[in-house]
Amino acid sequence: MKLLDFLKRERKKSASVAKERLQIIVAHQRTQRGQPDYMPLLEKELLEVIRRYVQIDDDAVNITLDSEDNCSVLELNVTLPRA
Amino acid sequence: MAKIIVVTSGKGGVGKTTSAAAIATGLALRGKKTAVIDFDVGLRNLDLIMGCERRVVYDLVNVIQGEAGLNQALIRDKRVDNLHILPASQTRDKDALTQEGVEKVLDTLGKDFDFIICDSPAGIERGAQLAMYYADEAIVVTNPEVSSVRDSDRILGLLASKTRRAERGDDAIREHLLITRYNPSRVDLGDMLNLDDIREILAIDLLGLIPESEAVLRASNQGVPVTHDDSSDAGQAYADTVARLLGEEVPLRFHEYQKKGLLSRMFGGARR
Repeated sequence: MKLLDFLKRERKKSASVAKERLQIIVAHQRTQRGQPDYMPLLEKELLEVIRRYVQIDDDAVNITLDSEDNCSVLELNVTLPRA
Repeated sequence: MAKIIVVTSGKGGVGKTTSAAAIATGLALRGKKTAVIDFDVGLRNLDLIMGCERRVVYDLVNVIQGEAGLNQALIRDKRVDNLHILPASQTRDKDALTQEGVEKVLDTLGKDFDFIICDSPAGIERGAQLAMYYADEAIVVTNPEVSSVRDSDRILGLLASKTRRAERGDDAIREHLLITRYNPSRVDLGDMLNLDDIREILAIDLLGLIPESEAVLRASNQGVPVTHDDSSDAGQAYADTVARLLGEEVPLRFHEYQKKGLLSRMFGGARR
């Protein structure tokens, strides 16, 4: 029976795995386009500071920089675990 | 005024130099006065692919530093009229290229030529940024493979921000996708990203598709750009690519897997 299972097993095509992975990473890259070079480091350091007080995951911090007419707004969203 | 086209990719080894040489040759064969410039300072290779490595006397850096005139450094192609090669230097000094120097060379060439093809080095450092800075159009060379597609997307980001057109707020650089080393039988098996997937992910116009071909290595071995091998699949695919670059509508070829019939198995079918 093992052999039959093996033969019947639907293998996920590697190309479709590649496509899914690329769609995610490219979407992520595009959100970072045009933002200042210091943003990744700023994000990392903010994460470290928060972790001194609360344990959070990497993806619990979301920072974005929006430019309006004559000023830029840095928006910081931190999801804290339920106390 | 010449049209300046950068051939770029981010990732190395995907076929930038092969494509720059093949496209420049194709444009010259179509009667366009074309110059192809190697921007890969320190790792010059375009001269080898073009088959003129023994005729290099002066290079791009010599011209920029005023040690030679542009006409002394330009190498006239042996096979096609209208085609000139400007080799890169072998110096290890990465700062040998200056933005002003590159601008001057391109301005001078621009008066005489129809097309200037800039063969970019791999990476996103200074050399790659200088190669793209003054471009009007960009050909982004991409293999059907995850790291190449991702790096191409990074390059698209740079084209949209770190170029003269972007900085001045002029019309954006026209971006073209050139897929190389495409293997229709692996695509058919589901083991290679297909054409439409790459197009969808990168979201730019497809300029051409070059199949994985034995003709490409044969061409580089001999120092004859593959466009000259007009009986080969890759040579024909580059000729199609050049026609599209010139605004012609040419249907896509070589992207579908042809199951070999008995006759073509026995007699070989079209040459690869």
